[in-house]
Amino acid sequence: MSEDVIERRSLPEPRYTYGGDDHVFVELDEAMSFDANFKAMAITQQVRRRDIDGVVEVCPANASYLLRFDPDRLHPDALIETLEEIAADIDLTDYSWDARVVEIPVLYDDPWTHEVMMDFRDNHQDPESTDLEYSARINGYDSAEAFIEAHSSQPQMVTMMGFVPGLPWMFQMVPADRQIEVPKYVQPRTNTPSRAIGYGGAFSVVYPVQGAGGYQLFGRTPVEVLDVEQSLSGFEESMVYLNPGDIVTFRRIDRDEYDRIRNAVENDSYEYTTGDLAFEPDEFFADPYGYNERVVEEVA
Amino acid sequence: MSLRVEEPGLSTTVQDTGRYGHYHIGMPPAGAMDEFAHRVANALVGNSEDAATLEMTYYGSDLEFEEDAVVAVTGADMSPELDGEDVPLWEAVSVDAGQTLSVDYATAGARSYLAIAGGIDVPTVMDSRATYTLIGLGGYEGRELEAGDVLSVGDASDGSNFVGNSVESDHRPDYADDASIRVVMGLCDYRLTDESKEAFLDADWSVTPEADRVGYRLTGPDIEFVEREQPFGAGADPSNVVDLGYPIGSIQVPEQPIILMRDAVTGGGYATVGTVISPDRDRLAQRPTHGTVDFESISIDEALDARKAQSRTLDAIRDSLG
Repeated sequence: MSEDVIERRSLPEPRYTYGGDDHVFVELDEAMSFDANFKAMAITQQVRRRDIDGVVEVCPANASYLLRFDPDRLHPDALIETLEEIAADIDLTDYSWDARVVEIPVLYDDPWTHEVMMDFRDNHQDPESTDLEYSARINGYDSAEAFIEAHSSQPQMVTMMGFVPGLPWMFQMVPADRQIEVPKYVQPRTNTPSRAIGYGGAFSVVYPVQGAGGYQLFGRTPVEVLDVEQSLSGFEESMVYLNPGDIVTFRRIDRDEYDRIRNAVENDSYEYTTGDLAFEPDEFFADPYGYNERVVEEVA
Repeated sequence: MSLRVEEPGLSTTVQDTGRYGHYHIGMPPAGAMDEFAHRVANALVGNSEDAATLEMTYYGSDLEFEEDAVVAVTGADMSPELDGEDVPLWEAVSVDAGQTLSVDYATAGARSYLAIAGGIDVPTVMDSRATYTLIGLGGYEGRELEAGDVLSVGDASDGSNFVGNSVESDHRPDYADDASIRVVMGLCDYRLTDESKEAFLDADWSVTPEADRVGYRLTGPDIEFVEREQPFGAGADPSNVVDLGYPIGSIQVPEQPIILMRDAVTGGGYATVGTVISPDRDRLAQRPTHGTVDFESISIDEALDARKAQSRTLDAIRDSLG
């Protein structure tokens, strides 16, 4: 593991564009990178801090961000001017944050996602394989087993929330040549089990509720990422559990442990395993594997 | 004061002007698909514009009133009747205790709005009474109405002053009018070839049966993408981009276009090529299945002017109601 650093990416000029009369969309890069994501985070944090009159929604995304504004109070061009100003002042070397580390237990190759994926083989690139087998093969792994090890052994950063409430997009904290990349289904499924672990492009997701979905299915977690009633512990502040900037470690579990944890979740006696870390991008970029060991220790 | 649902209709939900400030966790605004018709209905019965109304889609409800009330039905023409007597649209009417309002099939438009003086009183969730059914949030128990549901109504000032209030005919939208839906092109429209962008704007698109509160799926000509080596993280298909936020009203093109509406998925990895302007989202919400949609590209300044024009119409309606 000699070239084990996160290569910095110099970003192109951001692209500012209107979303109708009430949104501004800013694309920081067409490709995914930590640089693009951290910049989206840093800029949207500043936008929130400035509390700009007329800004209604502030949504950081993977390599872009989206704002909704009230055109009766703010002209989109005035907003874009402010955004350019904020972007010019952002220096990622100054940017760090208090990250929460959250362990998400995963039963890989679980029976529920297996059943659903078999119902949708017609929509798949490789109907003869499971999603795990297919993803392992196209990413150069000898077996689903080795692929699961790669997926679960290094943590993932939450880089975006959305699609539906509570769904996190997570980007694995490894150098670009180690990133897993898989296509989305040819046609999206009309069904996905709740709490399924999916993968599309370079992102892991957890589907909060049963519904449509187009990502490859790898497993299922017994823990919730959305609690609309906010009755479970961990959801006192918000109905969604994860936020951008959180770091997730997937811990591989077996069926017995899945059932035990699921039981505990249903009895509201499950406590998430979490830790805290002052996240320093520069330290992480310089030695990601070393850094990730510290991350994992937070929840070990 | 309450009303009882005798027949729910095809899809009737409690809606208001929506909930904002939570899009970044994946929470769409929900709220009335045709916000104009919703606001006018409230204005007619003396409610504030963010009071909750009932949104009825394609086929409406039968509702029995427990006490005297003042109501107004706006939006799609769904031939409302009160104990068998026609109820005028876009007008505040009085209802006597024990009467039943029956709302039928839409003959023009797709969604009608029933406002009642005092507003539908359901608990507010994140500052809104709007229903978001996907996760069972807001509205009446987070779901579409069912037979037997009993809805509470908020306290109204004496609504009888409002009876007879009506919207002048030139301020009423014509839902048979299939004029272009105006869009501001942009977002990821660089993914489309110039020819495809032109074809997109020239085409008559057809509204598929999969047109609901989440999105309007359209069918029409194939979309052609600019060839490129897909950027890292986007996914293999030419329509894929690194997952990003989707504006309400934005048009994504997985293969055929999907226009995101009030219960939108808030983000994803398909290229978005433009956004329907806010006043035309109201008009689009009234296009029924198998209806036709064509797009007109306008500038941001024209979009802002169109928005102002709609605000002026609303102001004129409010002024005319005194």
